[in-house]
Amino acid sequence: MDYSQFWAMMPELIILGLFFIVFILDVFSKDGSNKKFLTPVSTILFGLATVAIWVLPAGTEAVFGGMYINDAACKAIKAILNIGVFIVFLQSAKWVDSDEVAIRKGEFYELMLATLFGMYLMISARHLLLFVIGLETASLPLAAMVAFNKKHYESHEAAIKYILTAVFSSAILLMGLSFVYAFSGEGSLYFEDIRNSVTGQANSGLMICALAFVIAGIGFKLSLVPFHLWTADTYQGAPTAITAYLSVISKGAAAFTFFVIFVQAFGTLYEGVWEWMMYAVIIATITIGNIFAIRQKNLKRFMAFSSISQAGYIMLAVVGNSAMSVSALTYYVLIYVVANLSVFTIISSIEEHNNGTVQMDSYNGLYKTNPRLAFLMTLALFSLGGIPPFAGMFSKFFVFMAAVGTHDIHTTLGAWAYGVVFIALVNTVISLYYYLLIVKAMFIKHSDNPLPTFQSACSTKLALAICTVGIVAFGICSFVFDWISVAVNA
Amino acid sequence: MNLTMLCYLVPSLIMFAAGVYGFCTRKNMIALLISLELMLNAADLNFVVFNRFLFPGSMEGMFFTIFAIAIAAAETAVAIAIIINIYREVKNTDINSVKQMKF
Repeated sequence: MDYSQFWAMMPELIILGLFFIVFILDVFSKDGSNKKFLTPVSTILFGLATVAIWVLPAGTEAVFGGMYINDAACKAIKAILNIGVFIVFLQSAKWVDSDEVAIRKGEFYELMLATLFGMYLMISARHLLLFVIGLETASLPLAAMVAFNKKHYESHEAAIKYILTAVFSSAILLMGLSFVYAFSGEGSLYFEDIRNSVTGQANSGLMICALAFVIAGIGFKLSLVPFHLWTADTYQGAPTAITAYLSVISKGAAAFTFFVIFVQAFGTLYEGVWEWMMYAVIIATITIGNIFAIRQKNLKRFMAFSSISQAGYIMLAVVGNSAMSVSALTYYVLIYVVANLSVFTIISSIEEHNNGTVQMDSYNGLYKTNPRLAFLMTLALFSLGGIPPFAGMFSKFFVFMAAVGTHDIHTTLGAWAYGVVFIALVNTVISLYYYLLIVKAMFIKHSDNPLPTFQSACSTKLALAICTVGIVAFGICSFVFDWISVAVNA
Repeated sequence: MNLTMLCYLVPSLIMFAAGVYGFCTRKNMIALLISLELMLNAADLNFVVFNRFLFPGSMEGMFFTIFAIAIAAAETAVAIAIIINIYREVKNTDINSVKQMKF
């Protein structure tokens, strides 16, 4: 075997190396010291890793017999997710230093890096075995992270709901993959070989069943609608840093993987098979996510339903199956990372000064006491809702463009594509309504005892600064999208 | 006796369906885990059978099964740990005792 192939796996190796560094530091640090140094050390090291992943050149050839590739698109999405994780590290710095968590903070960083490693494998996999290993490596440590608040009952309830549904969905996914295996020409599980062998099977019942199972399995990770029931409970019960991680990083990685599998392995079954399935799932996801978000009073639950509907928008890029799809998806994930993490950073910093409550009532009159925080929250919510000057509007626009793609409105399929985009458009208006509910609570509603004025920690401020620059700049500077589309289509 | 592929696939599908049924109806968390194991094992069995009968020249399905078994073991370990935590909180493993968060 040629061991130099491992050099092509540089992003994974960096994350793995970082994992071992943090692990060794954690094990050999003195017990009494409360491990004060671990937070800055891991954050700074991870920042350096992020820079390294940005500047390292992308690989051009698949290695390990074609199982793994780190091409430009994979590199771009990894770099974006890395920024997201860096922001999560920054926003959680205060929380992991609190007395309750400090003793276990090493595990927090280790589990985080382990899931990130799994997501990288999943993104770069070009073989079903590597994909499944990556998927499970990504989802198992997440269950442990959801259960991180040992003294809070909700955390355990969230974790059991997450792990049981996760295993159920991965069993369904494995069943679907076994059907796909039965179809594969020479018993090969490479995406390329699957692509060749499933061509022309569009009318086979077993193939349609297999596709439905695979959509269900990955749709669970993305919390698409028929498979979304765990989302709200898990997001509510998990510690806020983990909720942010689940809703952004894990979702972004799963969306990209979904795209890779369905375009590369099942691309020839697009018309007439999974295109229809995805249309139905997308309409349900966007609509139900939005409608349920309206009635939420707990902000973390609210963000859960908001992220369900955002996942529907991300899927619009996949279902277009056009030349623009991959750049639209990458751009959407980038904007979603900065906007959603901005909201979660503010939620967690308010939670810290409010005895851990995340009810919407406690935001009443926030503008009077913490005007800057209220303003940043408004920017982030406007971006999520898609109000023009901010980046969210452009990402939605590109996703819609990718979904319509080359469809002709006069054909049945084309009319369907336009119909789905129209429904998504109507839903944008609904989503504006509930995002503005928070803005209304902060700016207009009167409160007798609003939250007292407070100073956020330095790391939180840095995280917010990165997010806000992203929200404003990525929208106005149009070259960001050009740069992404050149990078991923190279 | 000549065993065809169907003789293995039908039991595997029955196992899978039993797992889904058990997951939807049982109330004990450990029983839920057992049901999940049934579903995972049905998928593993499928891989092995397809490999043995359709592609006897290659080993890809067998390797997939080995990894799937290892992954299933890891999943069970994590789930059991979480169930133990729940047991410490509510003093039983009934799934109906974890329903504080709803809608």
